[in-house]
Amino acid sequence: MNNPIVEKYFRMDNLPHIWCPGCGNGIIMLALAKAIDSLGLDKDKVCVVSGIGCSSRAPGYLDFNTLHTTHGRALAFATGVKLANPELEVIVISGDGDASAIGGNHLIHAARRNIGITTIVFNNNIYGMTGGQYSPTTPNGDLGTTAPHGNIDRPFDIAQLAAAAGATYAARSTVYHANQMEKMIETAIAHKGFSMVEVISTCPTYYGRKNKKGSAANMIAFLKDSFIDVKVAEKLPEEKKAGKFLMGEFKKEEGVVEYTVAYESIIERLKK
Amino acid sequence: MSKQTEIRLTGSGGQGIILAGIILAEAAIGEGNNAIQSQSYGPEARGGASKAEVIISSNEIHFPKVQEPNYLLALTQVAADKYLAEVNEECVVIVDSAINVPSTVKAKKIISIPILKTAAEDVGKSIVGNIVAVGAITEITGVVSRAAVETALLNRVPKGTEDLNKTALEAGYKLALNR
Amino acid sequence: MSKNIKLMQGNEACVEGALYAGMRFYAGYPITPSTEIAEKSAELLPTVGGKFIQMEDEIAGIAAAIGGALTGKKSMTATSGPGFSLKQENIGYAMIAEIPLVIVNVQRGGPSTGLPTAPAQGEIMQAKWGTHGDHPVIALSPSTVRETFDLTVRAFNLAEKYRTPVMLLTDEIVGHMREKIEIPEPGELEIYNRLEPVEGETYIPYGVREGDLVPRMAAFGSGHRYHVTGLFHDETGFPSNSTENAGFMLDRMMKKVEDNLDDLIEYEEYMLDDAEVCIFSYGSSARAAKTAIDQLREEGIKAGLFRAITIWPFAEKRVKALAEQFDNIVVAELNLGQYVYEVERVVKGAAKVSHVGKANGDVLTPAEIAAKVKEVL
Repeated sequence: MNNPIVEKYFRMDNLPHIWCPGCGNGIIMLALAKAIDSLGLDKDKVCVVSGIGCSSRAPGYLDFNTLHTTHGRALAFATGVKLANPELEVIVISGDGDASAIGGNHLIHAARRNIGITTIVFNNNIYGMTGGQYSPTTPNGDLGTTAPHGNIDRPFDIAQLAAAAGATYAARSTVYHANQMEKMIETAIAHKGFSMVEVISTCPTYYGRKNKKGSAANMIAFLKDSFIDVKVAEKLPEEKKAGKFLMGEFKKEEGVVEYTVAYESIIERLKK
Repeated sequence: MSKQTEIRLTGSGGQGIILAGIILAEAAIGEGNNAIQSQSYGPEARGGASKAEVIISSNEIHFPKVQEPNYLLALTQVAADKYLAEVNEECVVIVDSAINVPSTVKAKKIISIPILKTAAEDVGKSIVGNIVAVGAITEITGVVSRAAVETALLNRVPKGTEDLNKTALEAGYKLALNR
Repeated sequence: MSKNIKLMQGNEACVEGALYAGMRFYAGYPITPSTEIAEKSAELLPTVGGKFIQMEDEIAGIAAAIGGALTGKKSMTATSGPGFSLKQENIGYAMIAEIPLVIVNVQRGGPSTGLPTAPAQGEIMQAKWGTHGDHPVIALSPSTVRETFDLTVRAFNLAEKYRTPVMLLTDEIVGHMREKIEIPEPGELEIYNRLEPVEGETYIPYGVREGDLVPRMAAFGSGHRYHVTGLFHDETGFPSNSTENAGFMLDRMMKKVEDNLDDLIEYEEYMLDDAEVCIFSYGSSARAAKTAIDQLREEGIKAGLFRAITIWPFAEKRVKALAEQFDNIVVAELNLGQYVYEVERVVKGAAKVSHVGKANGDVLTPAEIAAKVKEVL
C-alpha cells in the first residue's frame, strides 16, 4: 500500500500502530497529515505534542518534532514550546480523558490565553488504554468498567467548553466525516490563535463492546446517522433534531491577538 | 567597628518598616561594611505586627537573625507589647511617644520621641514616619553615617519624593538630638 | 560603592544568576516564599528577549519550562513546598527524557500548606526520592545571597552538561534576607552550553557519541525531527519495552552522576582542622552553625563545620573520612531529621551521629546548636 502522504509524513519504521482494529484514531491521524500537506508546512517547523492514552501515541508515528508528555499535560508542555519558539506550528493530540479530565485545567487556560496551538481531541468516550473506564465524555447512563451500574456523571461538550473558555476556533467532526474533519484541521492550523477540533472517534474494543454498540462498522454508521452540521440544524424543525448530535464549526473569531504575538510586542516595546 | 550591631525595627504592616531596614543596610554596605536585612511576617499585607531586622558588622555575618538587639524600634503599641518583653539590659529602645512602655521593661535606655506625630504634622505626611525613624536611628546609633543614609535613601524612594524624604530624615536627626 | 556591590534578596540573586547563566525561559506559578523569583523573571526576561509565563498551576509551570528547554532555551521554574510536591511527576519526566532544567525550591514549613512564610529544610529527602522510580539526582543548597547567585549559575551549568534537571534547594531565610552581594562581571564565571548535534553526522537523539558524557540535544525546530517521551526509550528516542534496553538506559543515566562525583560534589569546611567535634549542616542552618562555632570556641570548645553545598549526590567519601577523624558528628538541619539518615548510613557507626533540628517555623539558633554540641561532648 503506497500512500504518498503516509510515506512523507509517517515514521514508517514505527508502523504498524498499536491501535485496535476498528479504532477511529488512524483516520484522524491521517487527516492531520493530509491537512499539514495541504498547508505545505515545513516538517522541521511542526511540533506535535501529546499526553498519555491511546490517542497520545500518535506523535510516535508522525515525522515531526514530537513530544509525548505526562498524562493531561500536553497543552502545558506545548505552551512552553510555542512561547519559547513561536515559529513552530504546535499541534496537540489528546484524548477525552487526557484533555478534559486530568488536563482540563490546562485546556481552559490555553484557550483563555488564545495561544496559537491547535488541539485535536480524539474523543472515543472512554479510557481505552487502561481498559474501558468512564471518561468525562461518556454519556450519562452508559457503562464502563468503573461505571458497572451505569454512568451517573454528566458529560462535557469539549468543543463548546473550549469555545466558552476563549478558544477563537472551535469545531467538531467525526471519524465518519473524514473529509470535513480534514478541512477543519486545516482551518484550525491556519487559524491564528487557540483552536480546538474535537473528533468523535470509535472504540469498539471497550466502549462499543461494553455498551453493545455492535461492530466497528456499526459504530461508524451511527456517527453518520446521528451527527448533523450545526448550520443544517439551524434550519431543521425540532422534531428532526431529536436524538441528533451537532458537529461543524461552532466558533471562528478573527482579530483576537494571539498570545505569543502579544508577548513579542512587549519585547519590542522594551527595546525602545 | 568590629562588633556586630543588631537592630530590630517593629511596627505594623504598611508602615514601611522593611524599607527602613533596607535603607539602613544599604547605607552600611555603602560604607564598606557588611549588612543583612531580614524580616518576619504573617499573612497580612497591612496591619498586624511587622518586624524587620538589620545586622551591621565590619566582619562576616553568619547567623542572619538578630539574637539580642542592641537597638529596638517600636512604632505601634501592638509591636511594642510583642517585642519589648524580649529586650535585655544592653538594649537601647526607641519608641514612638504615643506608646506606653511598661515599667517592667529592662532596657539600657528608653528613648521616647514623637516619630509619627513629627511625620504627620511637621513633615506633613504620615507615610514618611519610617524615614523619620531612620533619621533618629542614624543619629542615636551612629552605626551608619548621615551621608551614607542620605545616599541610600535617595536610591530607594520614588522619583519626585526626594525632598519630602530628605525633610523627614532631617526631622528624625533633630528629634534624636533634641530629645 | 562599586556598582556591582548591592544589597539583594536571595530570591533576586537567583534570578540574576539565572540570567548570568543564560536563562531565556521561565514558567511557574506564584507561591510564598519563592514568588520574587517569578516576579523578577517576569520583569527582566523580556528585556533580554527571553520569555516568562505564569501558568495555571505548578504542574503546568514545570511542564512549560520543559517545553521551553526543548526549543533550545535555558529554562527555569521555581516553587516552594506544596508546589514542589506537585511538580514531582514532571521532575521524573525531565530526568528520563534528559531535559536540562533548573528547579528552585525555596523551602518553607510543611507538611501541606504548613507555614508558608516560615523557613524549613524539609525537602532534602523529597528532592532525592520525590519522583517515583530510580533516577539520578543533582541538588545544591546555598547559604548566602552570593552563593544563591553562584549556585544558580552552577545549576544551569550542570543541567546543561549532564542533561538533567538540577534542583536548587534554598529556603525562606536565604531566599528573603537581603545581604551584600558583589555581582560578578560577565565572563568571570564559567558558563556551560549544551552540546548540539554534529553537523553532517546522523543524529541519534539518545545515543552518546564517543567521548561525550551525554546525548547531544537538538532544539525542536533546528531540523532534527526526533521523538521525546517519558516512556523508556532506546537510542532512537522511540519507546521500547525491552528490559535489556531499560536496564542499559537507566544505568547510563545513573552513571552520569555516579561516575562524576568529583565534578558534582562541593562542600565547605569551617574551622574543622583542629576541631574536636564536627557539626554537619547546610543552607541557612549552616550559618547558625558557624555562629555557634564562634561562640563555642570563645568558651574553649573546639567545634568545626562541614557544610554540604551539593546535597545530592552525597559527599560520601569525605563524610566517611570525617567519621574516622571525629567521635561526634552533630547534624544541624531545620527539620525533624532528614539528611541525618544519610550521614548515619554512610558513617555506619564509625562516629556517634546526633541531630539537632526543629520544624515549628522558627529558625535553628546558634544557642540550640551549641547546646547540642555541649550535650554530646
